Amino acid sequence: MYSRRLELSVGAFVLLGALCLAFLALEVSGLASTGDNGTYRLSARFDNVAGLTTRAKVSAAGVTVGRVVGIRYEKATAAAIVEMEISQDFAEFSEDTSASILTAGLLGEKYIGLSTGGDPNNLADGDMIYDTQSAIVLEELIGKFLLNMSSEK
Amino acid sequence: MTASAFVEIEDVGFRRDRRVIYDGLNATVPRGKITAIVGPSGTGKTTLLRLIGGQLKPESGDVRVDGVSVQSLKRAELFQLRKRMGMLFQSGALFAELSVFENVAFPLRVHTDLDDELIRLIVLMKLEAVGLRGAVDLVPSELSGGMQRRVALARAIALDPEMIMYDEPFAGQDPIGLGVLLSLVKQLNQALGLTSLVVSHDLQETLSIADHVIMIANNRVAFEGSPAVMQSSNDPLVQQFLHGSPDGPVRFHFPAPALEDALS
Amino acid sequence: MIDWIAGVGRSTLSQVSDLGRASLMLMQAIFGRSNVGVYGRLTVDQIYAVGVLSLSIIIVSGLFIGMVLGLQGYTILTDYGSEQALGQMVALSLTRELGPVVTALLFAGRAGSALTAEIGLMKATEQLASLEMIGVDPLRRVVAPRFWAGVISLPILSLIFVSVGCLGGALVGVSWLGVDSGSFWANMQASVDFFDDVFNGMIKSVVFAIVVTWIAVYQGYDLVPTSEGIARATTKTVVYASLAVLGLDFFLTAVMFGEI
Repeated sequence: MYSRRLELSVGAFVLLGALCLAFLALEVSGLASTGDNGTYRLSARFDNVAGLTTRAKVSAAGVTVGRVVGIRYEKATAAAIVEMEISQDFAEFSEDTSASILTAGLLGEKYIGLSTGGDPNNLADGDMIYDTQSAIVLEELIGKFLLNMSSEK
Repeated sequence: MTASAFVEIEDVGFRRDRRVIYDGLNATVPRGKITAIVGPSGTGKTTLLRLIGGQLKPESGDVRVDGVSVQSLKRAELFQLRKRMGMLFQSGALFAELSVFENVAFPLRVHTDLDDELIRLIVLMKLEAVGLRGAVDLVPSELSGGMQRRVALARAIALDPEMIMYDEPFAGQDPIGLGVLLSLVKQLNQALGLTSLVVSHDLQETLSIADHVIMIANNRVAFEGSPAVMQSSNDPLVQQFLHGSPDGPVRFHFPAPALEDALS
Repeated sequence: MIDWIAGVGRSTLSQVSDLGRASLMLMQAIFGRSNVGVYGRLTVDQIYAVGVLSLSIIIVSGLFIGMVLGLQGYTILTDYGSEQALGQMVALSLTRELGPVVTALLFAGRAGSALTAEIGLMKATEQLASLEMIGVDPLRRVVAPRFWAGVISLPILSLIFVSVGCLGGALVGVSWLGVDSGSFWANMQASVDFFDDVFNGMIKSVVFAIVVTWIAVYQGYDLVPTSEGIARATTKTVVYASLAVLGLDFFLTAVMFGEI
């Protein structure tokens, strides 16, 4: 009452679905490349994080080392605190590492670039980066440019 | 309550979508006999079978099968009751994707734990009773309408029920097919000691095998008794029905204003 | 005027009672008395009928949509000099929206209407009534296996659709239009998040599966048992299911991606 061929095709169907899921996980969303060793947290204080969003990448020398996981406003200093999760594979950032908000490509996706310094001690889980460069706001840049233009005259 | 009645219908009222189907229906179906349910179209004869089988619940009144009130039964009890009743639907209603064998075996598999060998024997015997043992491996689409009905009949008697209900079993049959079914209904009733309930429009044929007749018209029972008494009844409705007269208590003309007014 | 209001009221009431009947049907189909062995086999039969047999339309559609996305995406992105973003454009469109939605719409048209017609025909030929008379609950035996088959099959079909679509986009973008293969896949992997995009798309797919299959089996079970009734019911299945998918898609997208 129960055809062997039918069983086989249903099994193959489900298997195909599982394969596609694996394909999507590995090839399309790059799941496997997120660090297997776990992550640690760093935070950084910026005057202006205009355009930076959570899930933006954190990179050093152009290599993705982590992600932005939270952005909040600190009333006491009137500054923005950015929480980052860095992969344990890249655990050696010196305590005088600087963080800048940069723009990737013409479409303007903002990301954080880390530049390690010379301090012999390294940043640990929960540490704060103070040497920061805020996002470049286009209007301020234009304003500065116009100011320069008029002062040259 | 008469001991010889298998089904008792007491003062039943039923409506469908605001249309009254029954209003104070009273009838009994005697045990071990063939009872015919006849009447003009649209009087809800099939509905009565469904009320007896527990597929529908009456709004008022009582339907009792072998002394038990059907509408008060719980799921499990209704399941047990249905083992004792077989039903032959107008279209046969065989399961299209199953073979003839599997169709007849279906009630056995649902209600019993019998092993395959025993089921095979029972199915073959039931098919033999209706004359279709040779068709055991065919599928319903390969059978004619009459043969499908016979297979459905074999399925209906698979569990050796006490009562079989036939919903228009003779409709659309050629004379031979009709004769086959007629004789089957009569034979099975006698051989198996069944109570048979036949709903039919084929009046003459049905009356030729019936022991008891219930005629339903105008939301209630218009006549109940033996075929002989029915033939000699004085009721004009019964007479119109028996002779198939175009006009009588069931009017020929649909209600309309007077002809002279409409034409002028 | 009053008549019109009364008409609207009547139709609303009948829609509401329809929904009630549909919910009761679903509850009984899922939670009625069960017999796992038999129903397991019936469900597998239905997965074949509903899932496996839909593969050809899903794969072909997925391929073409992926290819069109690749083509259109390339045309748009070259204006900004951002062809390398093609991979992420194709993948995000497919995983978040087109995969679940288009698969559900195709499923409603092909498998949904077939389910409605099949159940409707069983009702019209009194097979459902005879199941009942034999003492088998037609909701458990006929409706439930088909319902579960739909709920299981549609997400699998969506996964297949999205995968084939990405490959189709790669075919057009990388092989035909010359986008760099490395940046195509690398950018895609960097911007598609498994949980936010793929997984959310799967959730959408499951929701659609439940709604589409439910509508399909209900329309089949509840229809007027004539050939005209069956025709009308299959049309209703496709229309209602499609509208439901699109409406739910907006709602789910707003919740998942709109940061509401």
